[in-house]
Amino acid sequence: MTVQPTSADRPARTRADTPFRRIVRQFFENPLAVFGLIILVGLTVPSFLAPWVAPQNPYDIGTLDIFDSQLPPLSTSSSGDITYWLGTDGQARDVLSAILYGMRTSLIVAFSAVAGALFIGTAVGLIAAYFGGVVDAILMRTVDIQLSFPAILVALVLLSVLGQGIDKVIIALIVVQWAYFARTARSSAIVERNREYVLAARSLSLGSRRIIFRHMLPNTMPPLIVIATIDLAHAITAEATLSFLGIGVPVTEPSLGMLIANGFEFMMSGEYWISLFPGIALTLIVLGINLVGDHLRDILNPRNAQ
Amino acid sequence: MSFTRSHLFASTAALLLACSPVSAEDLVIGTKSEPSSLDPQFHVLSPNMQVSLAIFEPLVRQDAQGAIEPLLAESWELASPTEWDFHLREGVTFSDGTPLTAQDVVFSLDRVAKVPNSPTPFTLFTRQIAGVEALDDTTVRITTKQAYPNLTVDLVNLPIMSKAAASGDAPEGRTTTELNRGEGLIGTGPFTFVSWQKGADLILEANTSYWGEAPDWDRVIMRPMTNPATRSAALLAGDIDMMEDVPTGSVGQIEGDANAKIVSGPPARVIFIALDQERDDSPGISGTDGENPLKIKEVREALFRAIDREGIASRVMGGAAVPAGSLGTPNMFGTSADHEVPAPADPERAAQLLEEAGYGDGFSITLGSPSGRYVNDARVAQTVAAMWSRIGVKTAVDAAAAPVFFKNRDHRAYSAYLASWGNNTGEIGTTLGAQLATYDKDAGQGSANAGRYSNPELDALLSEASKTMDDDARAKLLEEADALAMSDFAILPIHFEVPSWGLRADLEYEARADQFTLPQNVTRSE
Amino acid sequence: MSAFVINRLLQAFFVLLVMSVLVFVGIYLVGDPISMLVSPEATDLERDAVRESFGLDRPIFVQYITFLGSALQGDFGRSFLTGEPALQLILERMPATVELVGFAMFFSVVIGVPLGIIAGLRPEATFSKVIMTGSIFGFSLPTFWVGMVLIMLFAVQLGILPTSGRGETVQVGPIELSILTLDGLRHLILPALTLGLTKASLIIRVTRAATREIQAMDYIKFARAKGLSSSRILRVHLLKNVLIPIITVAGLEFGQALAFAVVTETVFSWPGMGKLLIDSILTLDRPVVVAYVLIMVLFLVLLNLVIDLLYMVIDPSSREKVRD
Repeated sequence: MTVQPTSADRPARTRADTPFRRIVRQFFENPLAVFGLIILVGLTVPSFLAPWVAPQNPYDIGTLDIFDSQLPPLSTSSSGDITYWLGTDGQARDVLSAILYGMRTSLIVAFSAVAGALFIGTAVGLIAAYFGGVVDAILMRTVDIQLSFPAILVALVLLSVLGQGIDKVIIALIVVQWAYFARTARSSAIVERNREYVLAARSLSLGSRRIIFRHMLPNTMPPLIVIATIDLAHAITAEATLSFLGIGVPVTEPSLGMLIANGFEFMMSGEYWISLFPGIALTLIVLGINLVGDHLRDILNPRNAQ
Repeated sequence: MSFTRSHLFASTAALLLACSPVSAEDLVIGTKSEPSSLDPQFHVLSPNMQVSLAIFEPLVRQDAQGAIEPLLAESWELASPTEWDFHLREGVTFSDGTPLTAQDVVFSLDRVAKVPNSPTPFTLFTRQIAGVEALDDTTVRITTKQAYPNLTVDLVNLPIMSKAAASGDAPEGRTTTELNRGEGLIGTGPFTFVSWQKGADLILEANTSYWGEAPDWDRVIMRPMTNPATRSAALLAGDIDMMEDVPTGSVGQIEGDANAKIVSGPPARVIFIALDQERDDSPGISGTDGENPLKIKEVREALFRAIDREGIASRVMGGAAVPAGSLGTPNMFGTSADHEVPAPADPERAAQLLEEAGYGDGFSITLGSPSGRYVNDARVAQTVAAMWSRIGVKTAVDAAAAPVFFKNRDHRAYSAYLASWGNNTGEIGTTLGAQLATYDKDAGQGSANAGRYSNPELDALLSEASKTMDDDARAKLLEEADALAMSDFAILPIHFEVPSWGLRADLEYEARADQFTLPQNVTRSE
Repeated sequence: MSAFVINRLLQAFFVLLVMSVLVFVGIYLVGDPISMLVSPEATDLERDAVRESFGLDRPIFVQYITFLGSALQGDFGRSFLTGEPALQLILERMPATVELVGFAMFFSVVIGVPLGIIAGLRPEATFSKVIMTGSIFGFSLPTFWVGMVLIMLFAVQLGILPTSGRGETVQVGPIELSILTLDGLRHLILPALTLGLTKASLIIRVTRAATREIQAMDYIKFARAKGLSSSRILRVHLLKNVLIPIITVAGLEFGQALAFAVVTETVFSWPGMGKLLIDSILTLDRPVVVAYVLIMVLFLVLLNLVIDLLYMVIDPSSREKVRD
C-alpha cells in the first residue's frame, strides 16, 4: 500500500497535467469503467436517435392495431411490414421501439431530476453546514418538512395544478429528492468544516464562498456521488411508480419504468417479453451508470487520487 | 458443514410443520378492499354492503341475476299505491336468540337518517319513504311519498338490525365506533362477528341459530388484498380459498392450475364515453374554429362506429368484458332490444359520417380517463384513442389518478371522458336518469351527466316511467327511452365488465350481477 | 446539551405548523374529497349535505383554524372515510410497519456493513467487485417487481413461505406483534427481504465509500506506520469513523421506510400504516393524511435529534459542530 498525498498537503490544482486530462487518462485505465461506458453509450445513443432507428413510432397511437397486441418476439405485424423483434405489449406497441423511446424519457427524467436535486441539495447542505446557527436550523427544518411530505401527494398536487407532462414529473422528483442530498451534504460538510484546512482557510479570513466551494465542496462530493448514482436508478423507478398510479408521464408516451409496470401483470400469464426486456434495459442502464459513477468518484475524490 | 446442512434442514422442516393446515371448515377470501365500517348504515360502499349481508338480512334480497326475492319479509302487498304492507317471516331470531319483530324493522329504517359523519348516508335508499309503522308484531307498513315502483329494490340495501342490541344513548343508538368493535352488531344473518383487525383479517363465524340453511363454513376470514397479482399468487399458493376480481394477466395461469378455477358472472358495470354536448368552446377540442363537433349527431355516430368493441373486449379486457350497445345490460329491466348488441365497428362508415358532417379533415380531442379506478381503464382509453385517430380524429389521452380525474370531470375540463356506472336497481331507468336526463340540481336529475346531454323527449319518458307502477307499461316506456338515447348517440357505451372470482377447484360460487362476494353462497362441490 | 434538545423541540413545533398548512393546502389543490367519498348515485343535493356535515363547505382558512383549535387539544378529527378518530387509525396500524421496517433495516445493516467494509478495504479484489456489482441489482429493479418475483418463487413455486398477510400475532400490552410467533416470522421474511434488499445495497455502497475515505486519512496511516495490527486499526479507528455516514444514511432510510413503505405493504397485503397513507391520499381523506404527516414529522425530527446526539457520542469533537 503506497502512501498517498492528501488534499491538505496538495495544491487545489496541479498546473503540469490539466485535471481534465488526468481524469480521462485515469478513467480509461479501468476496464470495468470502460465496460460501463460502452453499455451506457450503446443504450443511450440509439435511444436518443429513436425517431430514426426504431422500427415503429409507438407514440403515434393512430398506427397501433389492437389485434397486434401481446405478440411474442419475432412476430410479424398483421399488415406484414414490421417484424416485432422483441414482441408487442398489451397496447400493440413494438416492445423494441417502446424501449428505445421509453429509455429516452426515463433518462431525461432521471438525469434532470437528480441533477436538479443534487444542485439544490448540495447548496443548501453546504450553506447550512458552513454558517450553522439559525441558518442551519431553518434550512434543516425545511429539509425535515420535505422528507416527511409524501412524494405521492407532491406529485398529485403538481398534476392537479399544472397538468400532465414530463416536466412536471421532473419537478415532482426534484421536490422530493433535494432534501435527501441536503442532509447528506450537510453531514459530511460538518465533518470537513472542522478539519485543519478549513480552519486554516478561515483563519486566513478567506471569503466564505471560496471556502465553501473550493474546500468544502470537493470533499463532500464522494458520498454525494454515491447517493446520486443510486438515486438515478431510484428516480427511474420512482417515476415508474408515479406513472403506474396515474400521476406520471402521459400513458400514450410510456417511459421505461412504466413499460415494466404495465407489463408486469402479463408476467403471470407467461407473456414475459412485455416486462422482461424493458427490465433488462433498465438494469443495464443502472449498471452502466454505476460502473462509470463508482470509478469517477474514485478519480474525483481528492483523497483517493492516485 | 454437515452440521450446518442438517441444522438448515431441521429449521426448514420446523417451518414447514409450523404451517398448520387451516381447518377444513374455514373459508379464507382475498377481497380487493376492506369495508370502511361494519355499521350496516354508515357508508354506501360495496365492501361494506357485502359484509353486512353476511351478518344482517334485509326484508327482501336480490338473487344472483338481480331479481327480487323474499327474505325477512315472506310476502308483501300494496294497501294503496303508496302503502306497502310487508309480512315478516315467522320463527326468525337474531343471533343473540331474541325473535325478530316489526319493531326491529321500524328501528332500523328509522336509524338510517340519524347516523352521523356518514360519507354516503343510506338515506339514498329512503328518499321515497314517508313513514314506517308496525301494524302488528309481524306486519310493517311502509308509506312512500308518491307511487314508487322501486321500493323493494331500495329495501335490498337496508339490512335489519336488532332493536334491543343496537339501542344506546346516542341518537342513533349504538354508534358506528361501537359497531366497528362488534358491540351491538347483532343480525339475523348466517354469520356472526368474531373480530376485525383493520387492514387485515375480518373474522366471522357461523350463526348456530340461523333460521335458514346453514352455510358450509364454520369460520370465514375476509382478508383485504388490494394488489390483484398478490391475490392471484395467494390463491395459487393455497393461502386463500377464494379471491375477488381476477386480473386480466392471471386468468391463464389460474385456469391452467389443477387446484384453482375461475367463475365469472353476468355482465355488470358499464364502461362508456361521455361527450360534452353543451358548450361551443369545449376545452379539449381543437382544429374546429371554435365549434363543438360533438353537438352533431353524425360526429357522435362516427365516434361510436370507429370503436371496435370486440377488439377491446378480447384483447384489452382479456375476454372479461361484453361489448355494450346500451348503458343497460341485455337482461336488465328496460333495456331496448334493438341495442342489446352494438352495431359492428365500421371505420369506413365512420370516416364517411365525419365527411358528411363537414369534418372530413378530422379534428383534435383529448379523452380524459381515470387511471386504476376501473379494470384496465387507461388501457381502454388508449385503445379508443387509437381507433379514433385512425378515422382522423386525433386523440390524446389524459389518464389521471382518480381524485384528479374526478376534479377535472366535475369542473368539466374534459370534452370527452371515459367513465363507468354500476346499476344496483336492476332497472335501466336509474342509469338513464343519472347519466342522460337533463341536468337539474334541485330535482336530482342528471346528477352524473357531465356531458350535459339534454333531450326533453327523453326527460318526459323517464319521468313517466318513474311513476308507472305497472311493470309491463314501465318496461315499455324505459325501452323507448333507451332506444331514443342510443339512436341519438347521446353517450357511447363500450363494454360491460364481467366480474370474476378465483376459487379453489373444489368450491362453487354463483357469480352475482351486483358483484358482491357473499360467503354464505360459497359451497363445496360433491 | 439540554438547551440543544429544547431548542430542537421548539423548532419541531414550528415544523409541525408549517406542515399542517402545507398538507391542508395540498389536499385542497388536488381535488374534492366529496367526489371520492360519496356514492355516484347520490344527487348533488345529497352531496352538498355530506359536504356540509364535514365542514367542507366553509372557506379553507376557516377549516384550518377549526382544525388547529382541536389539534392543539389533541383532537386531529375523524377520518372522512371511516368516521373513526384519525389518530387512532394510524396508531392501530403503526406496530405492523415498525416491525417490518425494523426487521428490514436490521437485515440490511447486518449484511451491508461487513460487505461494505470488505469492499472498501480491498477495492481491487475480485470479491469486492462482485459485491459492488451485485449490489447494483439491489436497487435497479422496482420494489413491486422484486416483491412479486419473491412471492412467485418462495410461496407459489416452492411453497415454503406464505404469500402475504401478517400471520399469527401476539398481544403485548395494547400492541399486536407478529415477530414473537413462528408463523408471524415466516410472514415477515419475504416483505422484509424485499424492503431490505434496496437498503442493504445502499448501506454497502455508503460503507465502502466511507471506509475508503477514512483509510486515506492521516491518523489511519499514522496508526499503520506505528505498526498497529490491522484488526485493531479496523476495530478502533475505522469502525468508529465509518459509523457517522452509516448512521446518517441508515437513519434517513429508516425514517423514509417507516413513513412510506407503501409499495412493499401493498404487494404483501401488510396491514401497516404506509398502506393507510396511500389509500387516504387517494381518497383525499384529509384528517388521516394530516394526522399521519404530523406524526411522521414529529418522528423524523426526533430521529434526526437522536442521530445528531449519536454523532456527539461517537465523535465528541463534533459536539459543537452540530449545535444549532
